[in-house]
Amino acid sequence: METATYKHPASLVPLQTKYCPGCGHGVIHRLITEVIDELGLQGSSVVLNPVGCSIWADLYFGTDSVQPAHGRTPAAATGIKRVLPDHLVVCYQGDGDLAAIGTAEIIHAANRGEKFTTIFVNNAIYGMTGGQMAPTTLVGQKATTAPLGRDPGDPGMGYPIRVCEMLATLEGTRYLARGSVDNAVNVRKTKQYIKKAFEAQMRGEGFTLVEILSPCPTNWSMKPVESVDWLVESMIPVFPLGEIKNILQTGGAAAAAAGAVAGGAK
Amino acid sequence: MPEKVLMKGNEAIAEGALLAGCSAYFGYPITPQSEIPAYMAKHMIPRHLTFVQAESEVAAINMVYGAAAAGARAMTSSSSPGVSLKQEGISYLCGADLPCVIVNVARSGPGLGGISPAQGDYFQSTRGGGHGDYYHIVLAPKDVQECADLTFEAFDLADKWRMPVMILADGLIGQMMEGVVLPAARDLASLPKKPWAVGHQGKTGRPFNHVSSINLVPDELEKSVNDRFERYKAIAESEVRSVSTNCDKADLILVGYGTSSRVAGGAMALAKAEGIELGLFRPKTLWPFPYAEIAELAAKGKKFLCVEMSMGQMVEDVILGVGSSGVSSDKAPVYFFGRLGGNIPNEDEVFAAAKDVLAGRAKPHRIGLVDRVPGLRRGLGR
Repeated sequence: METATYKHPASLVPLQTKYCPGCGHGVIHRLITEVIDELGLQGSSVVLNPVGCSIWADLYFGTDSVQPAHGRTPAAATGIKRVLPDHLVVCYQGDGDLAAIGTAEIIHAANRGEKFTTIFVNNAIYGMTGGQMAPTTLVGQKATTAPLGRDPGDPGMGYPIRVCEMLATLEGTRYLARGSVDNAVNVRKTKQYIKKAFEAQMRGEGFTLVEILSPCPTNWSMKPVESVDWLVESMIPVFPLGEIKNILQTGGAAAAAAGAVAGGAK
Repeated sequence: MPEKVLMKGNEAIAEGALLAGCSAYFGYPITPQSEIPAYMAKHMIPRHLTFVQAESEVAAINMVYGAAAAGARAMTSSSSPGVSLKQEGISYLCGADLPCVIVNVARSGPGLGGISPAQGDYFQSTRGGGHGDYYHIVLAPKDVQECADLTFEAFDLADKWRMPVMILADGLIGQMMEGVVLPAARDLASLPKKPWAVGHQGKTGRPFNHVSSINLVPDELEKSVNDRFERYKAIAESEVRSVSTNCDKADLILVGYGTSSRVAGGAMALAKAEGIELGLFRPKTLWPFPYAEIAELAAKGKKFLCVEMSMGQMVEDVILGVGSSGVSSDKAPVYFFGRLGGNIPNEDEVFAAAKDVLAGRAKPHRIGLVDRVPGLRRGLGR
């Protein structure tokens, strides 16, 4: 019988973060570092911390890191992973970085089947710059640049982009999953997705991405608890959770292994 | 005797890079440099080196950023409009102190401009073409031999000074074929160690490396830029290269780099045939610029005629060099002759311009639009 001991992940630097109360980054950082520890990859990982709130990630990840230009994270990761093919390379990207200014880079990295993993944190808003409309902002959701709510009609603000579904058409993608950090069950599922993606990366299978729905109470102008409710009621219907695409060679076996480790949370 | 091979300038740049140990190349097609990515693809893919045809110039320079951060000898190449797109990335590379080689086989602008050779990217290359306070080394080959040699050396300079090094050629240099003796391949085991690079932390247990250009603390950011400028000073003291020809005998020195210097050399030969001595001063490093060498010539009372394929950009550095000598611009005047739009000046018109200077028919060059806009002249009370 295995004994589970609660402890701080070795790959997570013991610092109080600069993130706002109720922000999802802290939980997501923890999930990533737990998996890095479980796979024994702390000394051979490179995390790319992007422009956005998570530019601070290099303070918190106890790994090597590279900070690229806004949106260019997948391009920089391409350079790193090609030079260090035996390393775990993790892109940490927000919705502005990945789905607006960096759209070309993510599509082509995915299409080339670059063998790194993107953790795509979708909080439907620009965080660090103060609540502007993001490519994933919901229709009707208010932002400083959409004060009356995102309106695809006359103001021409378009629709929220479903990144996993968009990338799923590309043959270079092997694993695309969408999790959430709104409750314990989804947190554990999200960790399984991350683990599957990292394991697939280390097997050299192809492009892997885990999108994570994450609350931003500050820029949603909500209390933290309200923000979790809003995520569940408003975001999940637009961004359905689950494995959007899984054509991993050893998908079944890896899934079973991940399930066992996570205590069978399904 | 070493074997001489016939190559295009673009191919010599690519081969020079491979011989220097370039293990990661990222590029995007653009005329007139497309032989470089083609050559790299042909020679790198079979050797399992990293070659990626990127989705854009922007992506290519950021792939270089990643590969350089991971310690590889990395390169990208492009031509003028594409190099404009790379400027954001170059600023980040300089801000993060990452070595790499960037090749600009320049064409005419602005905008899409033309695909013929030009030298209108001098300011962009030598003044830090992106945002923020920075410079990087710029090398200007004048022939196919120097395409190979300077690209080969550029990787060493980049590693030594931890900064991007740019090769600024033009469409003529890139497209023409000449004989070239290739340098011996660099012993890869002899390459400098890069303890600041990411990767393999677990093997040594060193502290984690964070490659980044961000610093939100004003005093710290100011200090890091100041420190970098101390390094620039050391580079300016040790890495300036230029070639002087016949400058002792002549009163008028033609100044040009790359293609212009070849034409100026032709004009010098025409002059010699008519019994007129002209000198030729050719900067090989455009940054750092050979200000001291220009000042030394100015102190001897030489006149300068700058020949460029632009409206006059390097000429401003020559004027700065003369100014730093303490000699008045009356005693060491600087003149300018330029063609652009893809036109290459010919020897006859450069020689004619030199004769105008010698006969007192030419007006010295003034920086900016001072002599070109009447209103400006009045405004300056002249």
